[in-house]
Amino acid sequence: MPATIAEKIIAAHAGVESVAAGQIVVALVDLAVAQDGTGPLAIQQLRDLGRLQLKVPAAVFFIDHAAPSPRAELSAAHQTIRSFCDETGATLSDIEMGVCHQRVAESYAKPGDVVIGADSHTCTAGALGAFATGMGSTDVAIGMATGQTWLRVPETFRIEVGGRFPEGVMAKDLILTIIGRLGADGATYKALEFGGPAIEALPMHERLTLTNMAVEAGAKTGLVGSDETTRSYLAAQGREGDWRPIAPDPGAVYERSLSYLADELVPVVAAPHTVDNVHPASTLAGTKVDQVLIGTCTNGRLEDLRAAARVLRGRRRAPRTRLIVTPASQAVWRAAADEGLLQAFVDAGAVVTNPGCGACVGVHEGILADGEVCVSTANRNFKGRMGNPQAHIYLASPLTAAAAAVAGEIVDPRELAATGELPPKGEQHG
Amino acid sequence: MATPGGSDDILRGRAWTFGDGISTDHIAPGRLFHLRTDLPELAKHVLEDANPEFAKRVKAGDLVVGGRNFGLGSSREHAPRIIKLAGVAAVLAQSFARIFFRNAINVGLPVLTCDTSAIEQWDDLEVDLAAGEVRDLTTGATVPFAPLPPVMLKILSDGGLVEHFRKYGEFHLPEG
Ligand code: SF4
Repeated sequence: MPATIAEKIIAAHAGVESVAAGQIVVALVDLAVAQDGTGPLAIQQLRDLGRLQLKVPAAVFFIDHAAPSPRAELSAAHQTIRSFCDETGATLSDIEMGVCHQRVAESYAKPGDVVIGADSHTCTAGALGAFATGMGSTDVAIGMATGQTWLRVPETFRIEVGGRFPEGVMAKDLILTIIGRLGADGATYKALEFGGPAIEALPMHERLTLTNMAVEAGAKTGLVGSDETTRSYLAAQGREGDWRPIAPDPGAVYERSLSYLADELVPVVAAPHTVDNVHPASTLAGTKVDQVLIGTCTNGRLEDLRAAARVLRGRRRAPRTRLIVTPASQAVWRAAADEGLLQAFVDAGAVVTNPGCGACVGVHEGILADGEVCVSTANRNFKGRMGNPQAHIYLASPLTAAAAAVAGEIVDPRELAATGELPPKGEQHG
Repeated sequence: MATPGGSDDILRGRAWTFGDGISTDHIAPGRLFHLRTDLPELAKHVLEDANPEFAKRVKAGDLVVGGRNFGLGSSREHAPRIIKLAGVAAVLAQSFARIFFRNAINVGLPVLTCDTSAIEQWDDLEVDLAAGEVRDLTTGATVPFAPLPPVMLKILSDGGLVEHFRKYGEFHLPEG
């Protein structure tokens, strides 16, 4: 039976020829991960069950959400994670290494894997052609102990994207546009499979932005086939041996198909307090901005920082608009330093932080005051997300966020291009 | 699942109504991240950003009634755990976000998908788990709720996923 990418991977891990959407299976898990917010509870479950022999081939704990620790309670949680890793042989990604999803893409997930993670954005790894989904601490604990999880095979939505991305428009604008159309619950339980010429042409960092946000439409995961782009990405991480091709079968059955023409996309912004509250950036122009965050597992990759630097290089942030740049991982931080990007951000008036989740989840490094407005490249703008329910978060691409930092208000980043202030791609870092 | 004022299969309690899109940030906000290893303390703030009165006044056996997409957002299992810890007997909503729903079952908190649009704050509700219906004793209306998939019913009736593993030592789930 022709299968979608999700069906193929699940069938292979359930040890059956084929699976159908809606079926429940117990599947093998290749990689199970947790972070410092969810890991301690998973560890507690494993200790309660007395299951310290982890059967999953790879278990990784990331200390990224509150790293370095801002308070004693969290330092204790970190200690719990470190001792558990020492005891069980689980892999530790400590405070200097960066955000779990970026680290999973760089170092751990392989095309064709089943990945479960105690973090809702675990779906990010779907960009590599893995079936990757977020679960709670208990599910991940059981996955670590047994090397298995139960799954309901999701129906798949095919998202077909043709054409070419215009100047000033990024994958972030595409995924926000899609979520605006589907709604925050429009794909609940479904898998989003991205394909078509514009996706095939999309570099890996942009694919990761797409799959990262699949959960914001309620989806169980987002997937992109594994192709030559995947192979070169893995090769660049020294992991070419992990590559294998994955594509849906012709004739695979989709519950729904959505088509987009990349050429028609414009820079968009998700306004408070829901991710599906999406508007063209130009219609929100003039909204005053107190803080800009460039980073997170959605848009904290090297290429995202390059995009932001295209706007920020040689310019300064607006006087009353704070700018925080948080590279997603140590590898990103290093490369950005080597290219002089971090220097350019500092010159533009930014605070460049250590790699990690940074200000994204309201623990530290950029909590907002009452009534303040933040433009963030993250994936969520829920009330309270950045540590204050009285603040307002707008989500945007790195280009749009950088433009907001310079203007002190929301602007369409293409306006900078029109005035010759946004240099064309590639000029900055040849 | 014995509750005050009900037999094992009947939950009876007051309705606390919430709107659409109650996120895990409303339930267990990131600013209280440091309390995640102290659930009784975190439970004192449950749903604080949706209704500051809730955590102060919730009583054992009360029912949380949401709208669409209840529990969207983070995978933090602490969210359904502290709802349960606060004494809530079940959550009723028009629809649930996937991870929250699965987490609730895993921690033994009944989550019921039904038409909640006519339920008002403080309505006296009776949830008949066996008959699959919610009776609003205040208005006299009855709404059916969608049956749980057999796999989830099994985990819930075992008392959650950890209890399931204590009992069987492995996945022991019904087909389908
Ligand atoms: S960067 Fe933000 S969204 Fe990503 S894992 Fe960290 S807290 Fe979650």
